[in-house]
Amino acid sequence: MDLYQQYPIRLRINGQEREFDVESWVTLLDLLRERAGLTGTKKGCDHGQCGACTVLVDGKRINSCLTLAVMQNDHEVTTIEGLAEGAQEDDALHPLQQAFIDHDAFQCGYCTPGQICSAAGLIAEGQAKTVDDVRELMSGNLCRCGAYPGITQAVIQVMGIKQDAKPGVASGADGFTTGAVLT
Amino acid sequence: MKPFAFTQPKDVDGVLAQLALDGARPVAGGTNLLDLMKEGVMSPSQLVDINLLDKTGLDGIEASEGGLRLGALARNADTAYHDTVRKRYPLLSSAILAGASPQLRNMATNGGNLLQRTRCVYFYDVGTPCNKREPGTGCPAKHGINRQLAILGTSEQCIATHPSDMCVALRALDASVHVRSASGERVIPFAEFHRLPGDRPELDSTLQPGELITHITLPDADRFVKHSAYIKVRDRLSYAFALVSVAAALDLAEDGTIRAARIALGGVAHKPWRVEEAEQQLAGQPASETVFAAAAERILQGARGYGQNDFKLTLAKNAIVQALTTAMRGTEHAKGERA
Repeated sequence: MDLYQQYPIRLRINGQEREFDVESWVTLLDLLRERAGLTGTKKGCDHGQCGACTVLVDGKRINSCLTLAVMQNDHEVTTIEGLAEGAQEDDALHPLQQAFIDHDAFQCGYCTPGQICSAAGLIAEGQAKTVDDVRELMSGNLCRCGAYPGITQAVIQVMGIKQDAKPGVASGADGFTTGAVLT
Repeated sequence: MKPFAFTQPKDVDGVLAQLALDGARPVAGGTNLLDLMKEGVMSPSQLVDINLLDKTGLDGIEASEGGLRLGALARNADTAYHDTVRKRYPLLSSAILAGASPQLRNMATNGGNLLQRTRCVYFYDVGTPCNKREPGTGCPAKHGINRQLAILGTSEQCIATHPSDMCVALRALDASVHVRSASGERVIPFAEFHRLPGDRPELDSTLQPGELITHITLPDADRFVKHSAYIKVRDRLSYAFALVSVAAALDLAEDGTIRAARIALGGVAHKPWRVEEAEQQLAGQPASETVFAAAAERILQGARGYGQNDFKLTLAKNAIVQALTTAMRGTEHAKGERA
């Protein structure tokens, strides 16, 4: 058994077919950053606790640090570089990218690609109906600068959610998904 | 990570053949196993990627024989948001959504959720002794950092907790775990799937080497639909492991008399903790905080703290009363409306 074997894989990354030969232990995150040249996706904790490495695989948000590149053979990956309309610098930003700018939803910016990919996944999932839902369902992305208010505003603006909507599926206010209901 | 071989069989028999090899481990979501491999806590010589088994239907979620059948490869998020699960098993849906983050729930599978390992800091830190990681080296947790750890069913050798939320609901709802190996199939009642540490803390469950979880079944639970609640108490409001969690379900008569009750606890033991005797004592009683408190006393019988986690003795009792009271008022469904 050759432990150092290279495994040929094919991924569709941001609409482009790409082929790689990778060792078994290479994570999707390391493949994106170090072999595909896509450094927009960030390595924060490398343990699935911070969300900086969030990308979309087949349209679903995942932590790219906790999956192996070989496990994603034949799958479609979208990173922050693939969210905007086109590949040129003057092409239109994704609405989430523009909203993050509008709401100053970052300070250092390190968590931002993960935040935006996570928000794109959240919108596609269709479970969030209220501001509290958005907060709960963005809880997998930490921002150590504390830009949370701007991040939440950016996401609810794109979703068209009003501030005063009633609690919904993930609000915590109804005890459905979050901590103890304090009565 | 230490180097390892990788295979990706296309059918269950192929997976079972690979799993029979020494040092082989299955990987599906990878959310816990790959992290443990990065930390050097686990170092399998071969990973058997079972994700291609989705094409064999191992990722299905369906109502069956008056109950529910959850494929081992179905993702936690797909399970929690599934229409049937939400409508007929809201307790399970709530418990799953109380765990991890949306990204992790998109990756993690139902089978993997059962097999996730304790988050005890000593288990994770290969620079310290740990009887679960390296049998015979000792347990620093008993006199060390144990805020998160167990108060029930502990042993001299280990006070680890099982970290799952989903499993607490599965225990309350009397699930069964269906497994396959080269020698055939068997069904493990949920109560017997996870084990107490005793003098073999390295064993989390009764799953045998070479066995693969194929699916989980739940019996009909319609009588609990109107009155169930999952309460999770943790150090921050979201995305944290439970200090204490409670899955509570009541079957109430029109006059408020308890016909049947289910209560399971997370964050307090090496397995989801359930005392069926306490549930039986509730039957026939009027639903009230007083009788809930008596049940809580019974469930916590024999509990002991280890210093930093002493507060859990009180917290667990209060959480039980809170969960049963919340359940009594009515299950809170997806739209914030009571059933």
